[in-house]
Amino acid sequence: MSLILDHVNYIYGDDTALAVHALKDVNLVIPDGQFIGLIGHTGSGKSTLVQHLNGLIKPTSGSIYFNGEDIHASDYDKKKLRSKVGLVFQYPEHQLFEIDVFTDVCFGPKNLGLSKQETELRAYAALKQVGLEDEYFYQSPFDLSGGQKRRVAIAGVLAMKPDILVLDEPTAGLDPKGRDEILDQIAKLKEETGITVILVSHSMEDVAKYVERIIVMNKGSVLYDDVPKEVFKHYKELEQVGLAAPQVTYIMQALREKGLPVATDVTTIEEAKQEILKGIKL
Amino acid sequence: MIREITLGQYYQADSVIHKLDPRVKLVATICFIISLFVVNNWFGYVVAAIFLAIVIKLSKVPFKFMIKGMKAIVFILMITVVFNLFLTPGEALVSVWKLTITKEGARIAVMMAIRLSFLIIGSSVMTLTTTPNSLTDGMEKLMNPLKAVKVPVHEVAMMMSIALRFIPILLEETDKIMKAQIARGADFESGNLVKKAKAMVPLLVPLFISAFRRANDLAMAMEARCYRGGDHRTKMKPLKYRRRDGIAYLVLVCYLAVCVSMNFVI
Repeated sequence: MSLILDHVNYIYGDDTALAVHALKDVNLVIPDGQFIGLIGHTGSGKSTLVQHLNGLIKPTSGSIYFNGEDIHASDYDKKKLRSKVGLVFQYPEHQLFEIDVFTDVCFGPKNLGLSKQETELRAYAALKQVGLEDEYFYQSPFDLSGGQKRRVAIAGVLAMKPDILVLDEPTAGLDPKGRDEILDQIAKLKEETGITVILVSHSMEDVAKYVERIIVMNKGSVLYDDVPKEVFKHYKELEQVGLAAPQVTYIMQALREKGLPVATDVTTIEEAKQEILKGIKL
Repeated sequence: MIREITLGQYYQADSVIHKLDPRVKLVATICFIISLFVVNNWFGYVVAAIFLAIVIKLSKVPFKFMIKGMKAIVFILMITVVFNLFLTPGEALVSVWKLTITKEGARIAVMMAIRLSFLIIGSSVMTLTTTPNSLTDGMEKLMNPLKAVKVPVHEVAMMMSIALRFIPILLEETDKIMKAQIARGADFESGNLVKKAKAMVPLLVPLFISAFRRANDLAMAMEARCYRGGDHRTKMKPLKYRRRDGIAYLVLVCYLAVCVSMNFVI
Protein backbone atom coordinates (compact mmCIF):
# COMPACT_ATOMS: atom_id res chain seq x y z
CA MET A 1 0.00 0.00 0.00
CA SER A 2 1.84 3.05 -1.13
CA LEU A 3 1.51 6.07 -3.33
CA ILE A 4 4.27 7.01 -5.73
CA LEU A 5 4.54 10.23 -7.72
CA ASP A 6 6.94 9.98 -10.61
CA HIS A 7 8.15 13.18 -12.33
CA VAL A 8 4.76 14.87 -11.98
CA ASN A 9 4.31 18.20 -13.75
CA TYR A 10 1.14 20.24 -13.90
CA ILE A 11 0.43 23.38 -15.88
CA TYR A 12 -2.77 25.40 -15.47
CA GLY A 13 -4.20 26.92 -18.66
CA ASP A 14 -1.70 25.14 -20.86
CA ASP A 15 -2.76 26.72 -24.15
CA THR A 16 -3.32 30.31 -23.00
CA ALA A 17 -1.02 33.23 -22.39
CA LEU A 18 -1.67 32.84 -18.66
CA ALA A 19 -0.17 29.36 -18.29
CA VAL A 20 1.02 28.69 -14.77
CA HIS A 21 3.49 25.93 -14.05
CA ALA A 22 1.94 24.75 -10.77
CA LEU A 23 3.98 21.60 -10.22
CA LYS A 24 7.52 21.08 -11.41
CA ASP A 25 8.98 17.58 -11.51
CA VAL A 26 7.56 16.31 -8.22
CA ASN A 27 8.85 12.91 -7.11
CA LEU A 28 7.46 11.47 -3.88
CA VAL A 29 7.01 8.11 -2.22
CA ILE A 30 4.32 7.91 0.41
CA PRO A 31 4.58 4.61 2.28
CA ASP A 32 1.97 3.09 4.56
CA GLY A 33 1.16 4.53 7.94
CA GLN A 34 3.21 7.70 7.86
CA PHE A 35 2.09 10.99 9.36
CA ILE A 36 3.23 13.58 6.87
CA GLY A 37 3.10 17.36 6.92
CA LEU A 38 2.92 19.06 3.52
CA ILE A 39 3.95 22.65 3.94
CA GLY A 40 4.22 25.59 1.60
CA HIS A 41 3.45 29.24 1.21
CA THR A 42 0.21 30.32 -0.53
CA GLY A 43 0.52 29.41 -4.20
CA SER A 44 3.33 26.92 -3.70
CA GLY A 45 1.29 24.18 -5.35
CA LYS A 46 0.29 22.17 -2.30
CA SER A 47 -3.44 22.16 -3.05
CA THR A 48 -2.72 21.25 -6.65
CA LEU A 49 -0.50 18.42 -5.47
CA VAL A 50 -3.08 16.88 -3.15
CA GLN A 51 -5.70 16.90 -5.91
CA HIS A 52 -3.36 14.71 -7.92
CA LEU A 53 -3.26 12.11 -5.15
CA ASN A 54 -6.81 10.88 -5.74
CA GLY A 55 -6.91 11.50 -9.47
CA LEU A 56 -9.02 14.68 -9.48
CA ILE A 57 -6.37 16.36 -11.62
CA LYS A 58 -4.44 14.54 -14.29
CA PRO A 59 -0.78 15.53 -14.41
CA THR A 60 0.34 17.32 -17.57
CA SER A 61 3.24 14.87 -17.61
CA GLY A 62 4.47 12.17 -15.26
CA SER A 63 2.64 9.33 -13.55
CA ILE A 64 1.11 8.44 -10.21
CA TYR A 65 1.02 4.87 -8.90
CA PHE A 66 -1.22 3.58 -6.13
CA ASN A 67 -0.21 0.10 -4.96
CA GLY A 68 1.85 -0.30 -8.07
CA GLU A 69 -0.93 0.57 -10.52
CA ASP A 70 -0.98 3.67 -12.71
CA ILE A 71 -4.09 5.59 -11.60
CA HIS A 72 -4.54 7.20 -15.01
CA ALA A 73 -4.55 3.90 -16.90
CA SER A 74 -7.77 3.69 -18.92
CA ASP A 75 -9.17 0.68 -17.05
CA TYR A 76 -8.33 1.94 -13.55
CA ASP A 77 -11.27 2.25 -11.16
CA LYS A 78 -11.08 5.90 -10.04
CA LYS A 79 -14.04 5.58 -7.72
CA LYS A 80 -12.26 2.89 -5.73
CA LEU A 81 -9.13 5.04 -5.61
CA ARG A 82 -11.14 7.94 -4.21
CA SER A 83 -12.48 5.77 -1.41
CA LYS A 84 -8.92 4.64 -0.61
CA VAL A 85 -7.37 8.11 -0.78
CA GLY A 86 -9.76 10.31 1.20
CA LEU A 87 -9.35 14.00 0.43
CA VAL A 88 -10.73 16.66 2.76
CA PHE A 89 -10.73 20.02 0.99
CA GLN A 90 -10.13 23.45 2.44
CA TYR A 91 -13.23 24.70 4.25
CA PRO A 92 -14.87 21.29 3.84
CA GLU A 93 -17.97 22.49 5.68
CA HIS A 94 -18.98 24.27 2.45
CA GLN A 95 -19.80 20.94 0.84
CA LEU A 96 -22.44 19.86 3.37
CA PHE A 97 -25.88 19.58 1.80
CA GLU A 98 -28.09 16.98 3.45
CA ILE A 99 -31.03 17.55 5.79
CA ASP A 100 -29.21 16.18 8.82
CA VAL A 101 -25.67 15.44 9.91
CA PHE A 102 -26.01 11.67 9.82
CA THR A 103 -27.43 11.52 6.29
CA ASP A 104 -24.66 13.78 5.08
CA VAL A 105 -21.95 11.53 6.44
CA CYS A 106 -23.74 8.57 4.81
CA PHE A 107 -23.27 10.17 1.37
CA GLY A 108 -19.74 8.83 0.84
CA PRO A 109 -20.23 5.19 1.83
CA LYS A 110 -23.59 5.14 0.00
CA ASN A 111 -21.81 6.18 -3.19
CA LEU A 112 -19.51 3.20 -2.76
CA GLY A 113 -22.54 0.95 -3.13
CA LEU A 114 -22.47 -0.45 0.40
CA SER A 115 -25.54 -1.89 2.11
CA LYS A 116 -27.70 0.40 4.24
CA GLN A 117 -26.54 -1.25 7.42
CA GLU A 118 -22.85 -1.03 6.54
CA THR A 119 -23.30 2.59 5.46
CA GLU A 120 -24.89 3.58 8.73
CA LEU A 121 -22.36 1.67 10.81
CA ARG A 122 -19.54 3.47 9.05
CA ALA A 123 -21.21 6.87 9.38
CA TYR A 124 -21.73 6.30 13.08
CA ALA A 125 -18.14 5.16 13.59
CA ALA A 126 -16.80 8.12 11.61
CA LEU A 127 -18.81 10.64 13.62
CA LYS A 128 -17.51 9.05 16.79
CA GLN A 129 -13.96 9.22 15.45
CA VAL A 130 -14.19 12.97 15.00
CA GLY A 131 -15.66 13.29 18.47
CA LEU A 132 -19.14 14.58 17.67
CA GLU A 133 -21.76 13.90 20.35
CA ASP A 134 -24.90 11.90 19.53
CA GLU A 135 -27.21 14.83 20.20
CA TYR A 136 -26.09 16.54 16.99
CA PHE A 137 -26.63 13.55 14.68
CA TYR A 138 -30.13 14.52 13.60
CA GLN A 139 -29.67 18.27 13.46
CA SER A 140 -29.31 20.19 10.24
CA PRO A 141 -25.59 20.56 9.45
CA PHE A 142 -26.22 24.26 8.86
CA ASP A 143 -27.21 24.80 12.50
CA LEU A 144 -23.87 23.64 13.87
CA SER A 145 -20.90 25.80 14.83
CA GLY A 146 -17.96 26.22 12.47
CA GLY A 147 -15.78 23.69 14.25
CA GLN A 148 -18.58 21.13 14.44
CA LYS A 149 -19.41 21.55 10.76
CA ARG A 150 -15.81 20.88 9.90
CA ARG A 151 -15.81 17.68 11.98
CA VAL A 152 -18.91 16.51 10.19
CA ALA A 153 -17.26 17.17 6.83
CA ILE A 154 -14.13 15.27 7.87
CA ALA A 155 -16.34 12.41 9.10
CA GLY A 156 -17.96 12.39 5.65
CA VAL A 157 -14.60 11.43 4.16
CA LEU A 158 -13.60 9.12 7.01
CA ALA A 159 -16.80 7.12 6.55
CA MET A 160 -15.35 5.80 3.29
CA LYS A 161 -12.59 4.15 5.35
CA PRO A 162 -9.64 5.53 3.40
CA ASP A 163 -6.13 4.09 3.67
CA ILE A 164 -4.69 7.53 3.12
CA LEU A 165 -6.35 10.60 4.58
CA VAL A 166 -5.35 13.93 3.06
CA LEU A 167 -6.44 17.09 4.86
CA ASP A 168 -6.00 20.39 3.05
CA GLU A 169 -5.61 23.12 5.69
CA PRO A 170 -8.01 21.51 8.16
CA THR A 171 -7.51 24.32 10.67
CA ALA A 172 -8.04 27.33 8.36
CA GLY A 173 -10.39 29.87 9.88
CA LEU A 174 -10.66 28.16 13.27
CA ASP A 175 -9.78 29.76 16.59
CA PRO A 176 -6.76 28.37 18.49
CA LYS A 177 -8.94 26.10 20.60
CA GLY A 178 -10.80 24.70 17.61
CA ARG A 179 -7.49 24.25 15.82
CA ASP A 180 -5.92 22.25 18.63
CA GLU A 181 -9.04 20.13 19.01
CA ILE A 182 -9.11 19.20 15.34
CA LEU A 183 -5.37 18.46 15.22
CA ASP A 184 -5.49 16.37 18.41
CA GLN A 185 -8.45 14.48 17.02
CA ILE A 186 -6.55 13.73 13.81
CA ALA A 187 -3.48 12.60 15.76
CA LYS A 188 -5.65 10.32 17.87
CA LEU A 189 -7.31 8.93 14.79
CA LYS A 190 -3.93 8.23 13.24
CA GLU A 191 -2.83 6.38 16.36
CA GLU A 192 -5.97 4.27 16.58
CA THR A 193 -6.35 3.26 12.96
CA GLY A 194 -2.78 3.40 11.68
CA ILE A 195 -3.81 5.01 8.38
CA THR A 196 -1.51 7.31 6.45
CA VAL A 197 -2.27 10.97 7.13
CA ILE A 198 -1.10 13.88 5.01
CA LEU A 199 -1.65 17.22 6.71
CA VAL A 200 -1.43 20.24 4.43
CA SER A 201 -0.63 23.50 6.14
CA HIS A 202 1.27 26.75 5.79
CA SER A 203 2.13 26.78 9.46
CA MET A 204 5.10 24.82 10.78
CA GLU A 205 3.80 25.39 14.28
CA ASP A 206 0.69 23.35 13.55
CA VAL A 207 2.37 20.32 12.14
CA ALA A 208 5.68 20.18 14.03
CA LYS A 209 4.03 18.63 17.07
CA TYR A 210 2.41 15.76 15.20
CA VAL A 211 4.13 14.68 12.03
CA GLU A 212 7.10 12.39 11.46
CA ARG A 213 7.98 13.72 8.03
CA ILE A 214 7.75 17.14 6.46
CA ILE A 215 7.56 17.93 2.77
CA VAL A 216 8.22 21.59 2.00
CA MET A 217 6.89 22.93 -1.30
CA ASN A 218 8.13 26.09 -2.94
CA LYS A 219 6.99 27.45 -6.31
CA GLY A 220 5.75 24.06 -7.43
CA SER A 221 8.73 21.93 -6.52
CA VAL A 222 9.72 19.96 -3.45
CA LEU A 223 12.28 21.97 -1.49
CA TYR A 224 12.84 19.66 1.51
CA ASP A 225 11.55 16.20 2.31
CA ASP A 226 12.82 14.95 5.64
CA VAL A 227 12.10 14.42 9.34
CA PRO A 228 11.08 17.67 11.11
CA LYS A 229 14.39 18.09 12.96
CA GLU A 230 16.35 18.09 9.72
CA VAL A 231 13.93 20.40 7.93
CA PHE A 232 14.00 22.98 10.73
CA LYS A 233 17.77 23.15 10.56
CA HIS A 234 17.17 25.10 7.36
CA TYR A 235 15.16 27.73 9.18
CA LYS A 236 16.97 30.55 7.43
CA GLU A 237 16.15 29.17 3.99
CA LEU A 238 12.58 28.53 5.12
CA GLU A 239 12.20 32.20 5.96
CA GLN A 240 13.30 33.11 2.47
CA VAL A 241 10.41 31.15 0.97
CA GLY A 242 7.89 32.80 3.30
CA LEU A 243 7.76 30.07 5.93
CA ALA A 244 9.17 29.88 9.41
CA ALA A 245 10.39 27.19 11.77
CA PRO A 246 8.41 26.74 15.01
CA GLN A 247 9.07 29.41 17.60
CA VAL A 248 10.89 26.96 19.90
CA THR A 249 13.57 26.57 17.24
CA TYR A 250 14.24 30.31 17.41
CA ILE A 251 14.24 30.34 21.20
CA MET A 252 16.71 27.47 21.39
CA GLN A 253 18.89 29.13 18.79
CA ALA A 254 18.90 32.37 20.81
CA LEU A 255 19.63 30.53 24.08
CA ARG A 256 22.57 28.78 22.50
CA GLU A 257 23.96 32.04 21.20
CA LYS A 258 23.73 33.40 24.73
CA GLY A 259 25.85 30.48 25.92
CA LEU A 260 23.34 27.95 27.26
CA PRO A 261 24.42 24.50 26.07
CA VAL A 262 21.16 23.28 24.52
CA ALA A 263 20.44 21.28 21.38
CA THR A 264 18.81 23.47 18.75
CA ASP A 265 16.99 20.79 16.80
CA VAL A 266 13.97 20.39 19.08
CA THR A 267 10.54 20.69 17.53
CA THR A 268 8.03 20.75 20.37
CA ILE A 269 7.63 22.78 23.53
CA GLU A 270 7.90 19.63 25.64
CA GLU A 271 11.28 18.72 24.14
CA ALA A 272 12.46 22.29 24.53
CA LYS A 273 11.55 22.25 28.21
CA GLN A 274 13.58 19.07 28.79
CA GLU A 275 16.54 20.54 26.91
CA ILE A 276 16.50 23.79 28.84
CA LEU A 277 16.22 22.03 32.20
CA LYS A 278 19.12 19.82 31.20
CA GLY A 279 21.14 22.86 30.12
CA ILE A 280 20.51 24.73 33.37
CA LYS A 281 21.50 21.76 35.55
CA LEU A 282 24.88 21.42 33.86
CA MET B 1 -13.05 20.62 -16.13
CA ILE B 2 -15.33 23.58 -15.58
CA ARG B 3 -12.63 26.15 -16.15
CA GLU B 4 -13.03 25.72 -19.88
CA ILE B 5 -16.35 27.57 -19.89
CA THR B 6 -15.46 31.15 -20.70
CA LEU B 7 -18.11 33.77 -20.13
CA GLY B 8 -16.20 36.82 -19.14
CA GLN B 9 -13.71 35.80 -21.78
CA TYR B 10 -11.27 38.70 -21.52
CA TYR B 11 -7.93 37.94 -23.15
CA GLN B 12 -5.10 39.97 -21.73
CA ALA B 13 -2.77 41.59 -24.23
CA ASP B 14 -1.15 44.96 -24.79
CA SER B 15 -2.71 46.37 -27.95
CA VAL B 16 -4.30 49.53 -29.32
CA ILE B 17 -7.71 47.87 -29.32
CA HIS B 18 -7.34 46.93 -25.66
CA LYS B 19 -6.48 50.50 -24.76
CA LEU B 20 -9.45 52.07 -26.56
CA ASP B 21 -12.20 53.62 -24.49
CA PRO B 22 -14.93 51.01 -23.89
CA ARG B 23 -17.49 53.48 -25.29
CA VAL B 24 -15.67 53.50 -28.60
CA LYS B 25 -15.66 49.73 -28.72
CA LEU B 26 -19.35 49.50 -27.84
CA VAL B 27 -20.35 52.04 -30.47
CA ALA B 28 -18.03 50.45 -33.03
CA THR B 29 -19.46 47.00 -32.41
CA ILE B 30 -23.02 48.25 -32.81
CA CYS B 31 -22.06 50.13 -36.00
CA PHE B 32 -20.25 47.08 -37.35
CA ILE B 33 -23.32 44.92 -36.79
CA ILE B 34 -25.55 47.49 -38.44
CA SER B 35 -23.15 47.72 -41.37
CA LEU B 36 -23.45 43.97 -41.88
CA PHE B 37 -27.18 44.37 -42.43
CA VAL B 38 -26.95 47.52 -44.53
CA VAL B 39 -24.60 45.99 -47.06
CA ASN B 40 -26.32 44.21 -49.91
CA ASN B 41 -23.56 43.01 -52.20
CA TRP B 42 -20.28 41.10 -52.12
CA PHE B 43 -18.07 44.18 -52.25
CA GLY B 44 -19.56 45.34 -48.96
CA TYR B 45 -18.69 42.05 -47.31
CA VAL B 46 -15.15 42.23 -48.64
CA VAL B 47 -14.82 45.67 -47.01
CA ALA B 48 -16.29 44.32 -43.74
CA ALA B 49 -13.94 41.33 -43.84
CA ILE B 50 -10.90 43.55 -44.39
CA PHE B 51 -11.99 45.87 -41.58
CA LEU B 52 -12.53 42.93 -39.22
CA ALA B 53 -9.21 41.34 -40.19
CA ILE B 54 -7.31 44.55 -39.48
CA VAL B 55 -9.03 44.97 -36.11
CA ILE B 56 -8.25 41.36 -35.15
CA LYS B 57 -4.65 41.79 -36.22
CA LEU B 58 -4.37 44.98 -34.14
CA SER B 59 -5.97 43.35 -31.09
CA LYS B 60 -3.16 40.74 -30.81
CA VAL B 61 -5.71 38.15 -29.73
CA PRO B 62 -5.08 34.73 -31.34
CA PHE B 63 -7.70 33.98 -33.96
CA LYS B 64 -8.65 30.65 -32.35
CA PHE B 65 -10.22 32.53 -29.44
CA MET B 66 -12.63 34.25 -31.84
CA ILE B 67 -13.57 30.88 -33.30
CA LYS B 68 -14.44 29.58 -29.82
CA GLY B 69 -17.45 31.87 -29.74
CA MET B 70 -18.59 30.45 -33.08
CA LYS B 71 -19.08 26.97 -31.63
CA ALA B 72 -22.13 28.16 -29.73
CA ILE B 73 -23.96 29.28 -32.85
CA VAL B 74 -23.02 26.46 -35.24
CA PHE B 75 -26.46 24.93 -34.81
CA ILE B 76 -28.35 28.18 -35.47
CA LEU B 77 -26.07 28.86 -38.42
CA MET B 78 -26.83 25.45 -39.94
CA ILE B 79 -30.60 25.91 -39.58
CA THR B 80 -30.47 29.36 -41.15
CA VAL B 81 -28.38 28.18 -44.06
CA VAL B 82 -30.45 25.06 -44.73
CA PHE B 83 -33.79 26.86 -44.58
CA ASN B 84 -32.66 29.70 -46.80
CA LEU B 85 -31.05 27.30 -49.22
CA PHE B 86 -34.13 25.18 -49.82
CA LEU B 87 -37.07 27.44 -49.12
CA THR B 88 -36.28 30.54 -51.14
CA PRO B 89 -38.35 30.64 -54.33
CA GLY B 90 -36.60 31.55 -57.58
CA GLU B 91 -34.57 30.20 -60.45
CA ALA B 92 -33.72 26.52 -59.89
CA LEU B 93 -30.05 25.69 -59.67
CA VAL B 94 -29.99 22.05 -58.61
CA SER B 95 -32.99 19.84 -57.97
CA VAL B 96 -32.84 16.56 -56.08
CA TRP B 97 -36.08 14.71 -55.32
CA LYS B 98 -38.44 17.34 -53.83
CA LEU B 99 -35.68 19.69 -52.72
CA THR B 100 -34.69 22.50 -54.97
CA ILE B 101 -31.77 24.83 -54.48
CA THR B 102 -32.45 28.16 -56.12
CA LYS B 103 -29.93 30.75 -57.21
CA GLU B 104 -31.47 33.31 -54.89
CA GLY B 105 -31.56 30.76 -52.07
CA ALA B 106 -27.85 30.03 -52.39
CA ARG B 107 -27.08 33.74 -52.42
CA ILE B 108 -29.13 34.49 -49.32
CA ALA B 109 -27.80 31.42 -47.49
CA VAL B 110 -24.19 32.40 -48.04
CA MET B 111 -24.91 36.02 -47.08
CA MET B 112 -26.67 34.93 -43.91
CA ALA B 113 -23.78 32.67 -42.95
CA ILE B 114 -21.30 35.51 -43.47
CA ARG B 115 -23.47 37.96 -41.55
CA LEU B 116 -23.92 35.68 -38.56
CA SER B 117 -20.28 34.64 -38.32
CA PHE B 118 -19.02 38.22 -38.72
CA LEU B 119 -21.51 39.32 -36.10
CA ILE B 120 -20.24 36.78 -33.60
CA ILE B 121 -16.58 37.36 -34.38
CA GLY B 122 -17.10 41.13 -34.23
CA SER B 123 -18.68 41.03 -30.81
CA SER B 124 -16.07 38.51 -29.64
CA VAL B 125 -13.40 41.07 -30.48
CA MET B 126 -15.12 43.47 -28.10
CA THR B 127 -15.55 41.03 -25.21
CA LEU B 128 -12.05 39.62 -25.66
CA THR B 129 -10.38 43.01 -25.55
CA THR B 130 -12.48 44.72 -22.88
CA THR B 131 -12.72 43.69 -19.25
CA PRO B 132 -16.31 43.16 -18.14
CA ASN B 133 -15.91 46.01 -15.66
CA SER B 134 -14.87 48.63 -18.19
CA LEU B 135 -17.62 47.35 -20.45
CA THR B 136 -20.28 48.11 -17.86
CA ASP B 137 -18.57 51.42 -17.15
CA GLY B 138 -18.85 52.28 -20.83
CA MET B 139 -22.49 51.22 -20.94
CA GLU B 140 -23.31 53.33 -17.91
CA LYS B 141 -21.74 56.36 -19.51
CA LEU B 142 -23.42 55.77 -22.87
CA MET B 143 -26.84 55.30 -21.30
CA ASN B 144 -26.45 58.33 -19.05
CA PRO B 145 -28.92 60.47 -21.05
CA LEU B 146 -31.62 57.92 -20.17
CA LYS B 147 -31.46 59.17 -16.58
CA ALA B 148 -33.61 62.07 -17.71
CA VAL B 149 -36.47 59.64 -18.25
CA LYS B 150 -35.95 58.03 -14.83
CA VAL B 151 -34.08 54.92 -15.97
CA PRO B 152 -31.92 53.74 -13.02
CA VAL B 153 -28.80 53.63 -15.18
CA HIS B 154 -26.27 53.47 -12.37
CA GLU B 155 -28.12 50.74 -10.50
CA VAL B 156 -28.47 48.62 -13.63
CA ALA B 157 -24.77 49.04 -14.40
CA MET B 158 -23.85 48.18 -10.82
CA MET B 159 -25.98 45.05 -10.90
CA MET B 160 -24.39 44.04 -14.17
CA SER B 161 -20.86 44.47 -12.92
CA ILE B 162 -21.62 42.58 -9.72
CA ALA B 163 -23.21 39.76 -11.72
CA LEU B 164 -20.21 39.65 -14.03
CA ARG B 165 -17.84 39.75 -11.09
CA PHE B 166 -19.60 36.78 -9.53
CA ILE B 167 -19.43 34.53 -12.58
CA PRO B 168 -15.79 33.47 -12.15
CA ILE B 169 -16.21 33.23 -8.38
CA LEU B 170 -19.20 30.95 -8.68
CA LEU B 171 -17.51 28.91 -11.40
CA GLU B 172 -14.54 28.38 -9.13
CA GLU B 173 -16.86 27.50 -6.27
CA THR B 174 -18.72 25.02 -8.47
CA ASP B 175 -15.43 23.45 -9.48
CA LYS B 176 -14.38 23.14 -5.86
CA ILE B 177 -17.65 21.66 -4.59
CA MET B 178 -17.79 19.32 -7.56
CA LYS B 179 -14.31 18.04 -6.78
CA ALA B 180 -15.12 17.70 -3.08
CA GLN B 181 -18.22 15.62 -3.86
CA ILE B 182 -16.34 13.54 -6.44
CA ALA B 183 -13.78 12.87 -3.71
CA ARG B 184 -16.71 11.52 -1.67
CA GLY B 185 -17.64 9.18 -4.49
CA ALA B 186 -20.28 11.33 -6.21
CA ASP B 187 -20.86 10.63 -9.89
CA PHE B 188 -21.99 13.51 -12.10
CA GLU B 189 -21.54 11.86 -15.45
CA SER B 190 -23.14 8.43 -15.75
CA GLY B 191 -26.81 7.41 -15.56
CA ASN B 192 -30.00 8.63 -17.24
CA LEU B 193 -31.46 12.11 -17.07
CA VAL B 194 -33.34 11.60 -13.79
CA LYS B 195 -30.26 10.14 -12.12
CA LYS B 196 -28.10 12.96 -13.42
CA ALA B 197 -30.56 15.56 -12.14
CA LYS B 198 -30.57 13.90 -8.72
CA ALA B 199 -26.78 13.84 -8.72
CA MET B 200 -26.84 17.64 -9.02
CA VAL B 201 -28.38 18.09 -5.55
CA PRO B 202 -25.07 17.70 -3.66
CA LEU B 203 -23.64 20.33 -5.98
CA LEU B 204 -26.50 22.83 -6.14
CA VAL B 205 -27.41 23.01 -2.44
CA PRO B 206 -23.91 24.05 -1.29
CA LEU B 207 -23.59 26.32 -4.31
CA PHE B 208 -26.80 28.22 -3.52
CA ILE B 209 -25.87 28.51 0.12
CA SER B 210 -22.49 29.91 -0.79
CA ALA B 211 -24.00 32.32 -3.34
CA PHE B 212 -26.40 33.69 -0.74
CA ARG B 213 -23.64 33.94 1.83
CA ARG B 214 -21.45 35.85 -0.59
CA ALA B 215 -24.28 38.16 -1.64
CA ASN B 216 -25.03 38.85 1.98
CA ASP B 217 -21.39 39.60 2.77
CA LEU B 218 -21.09 41.89 -0.23
CA ALA B 219 -24.25 43.81 0.66
CA MET B 220 -22.96 44.22 4.19
CA ALA B 221 -19.56 45.42 2.97
CA MET B 222 -21.21 47.92 0.62
CA GLU B 223 -23.45 49.29 3.35
CA ALA B 224 -20.50 49.51 5.72
CA ARG B 225 -18.91 51.81 3.16
CA CYS B 226 -22.07 53.90 2.93
CA TYR B 227 -23.13 52.89 -0.56
CA ARG B 228 -26.24 54.86 -1.46
CA GLY B 229 -26.67 54.30 -5.17
CA GLY B 230 -25.61 56.53 -7.99
CA ASP B 231 -26.38 60.07 -6.82
CA HIS B 232 -23.34 62.33 -6.57
CA ARG B 233 -21.05 59.36 -6.95
CA THR B 234 -17.65 60.02 -8.50
CA LYS B 235 -15.35 57.49 -10.09
CA MET B 236 -11.78 56.61 -9.26
CA LYS B 237 -11.00 56.13 -12.93
CA PRO B 238 -13.44 58.26 -14.90
CA LEU B 239 -13.64 57.44 -18.59
CA LYS B 240 -11.86 60.05 -20.66
CA TYR B 241 -11.58 60.23 -24.43
CA ARG B 242 -8.00 60.38 -25.71
CA ARG B 243 -6.58 61.08 -29.11
CA ARG B 244 -6.65 57.45 -30.19
CA ASP B 245 -10.36 57.31 -29.39
CA GLY B 246 -10.99 60.25 -31.71
CA ILE B 247 -9.00 58.54 -34.43
CA ALA B 248 -10.97 55.35 -33.85
CA TYR B 249 -14.27 57.22 -34.30
CA LEU B 250 -12.89 58.76 -37.49
CA VAL B 251 -11.89 55.33 -38.83
CA LEU B 252 -15.33 54.05 -37.92
CA VAL B 253 -17.07 56.84 -39.84
CA CYS B 254 -14.82 56.16 -42.85
CA TYR B 255 -15.63 52.47 -42.67
CA LEU B 256 -19.38 53.14 -42.54
CA ALA B 257 -19.10 55.56 -45.46
CA VAL B 258 -17.22 53.01 -47.56
CA CYS B 259 -19.73 50.31 -46.65
CA VAL B 260 -22.72 52.40 -47.64
CA SER B 261 -21.06 53.60 -50.82
CA MET B 262 -20.45 49.98 -51.81
CA ASN B 263 -24.23 49.61 -52.06
CA PHE B 264 -24.20 52.03 -55.01
CA VAL B 265 -21.21 50.52 -56.82
CA ILE B 266 -23.36 48.20 -58.87
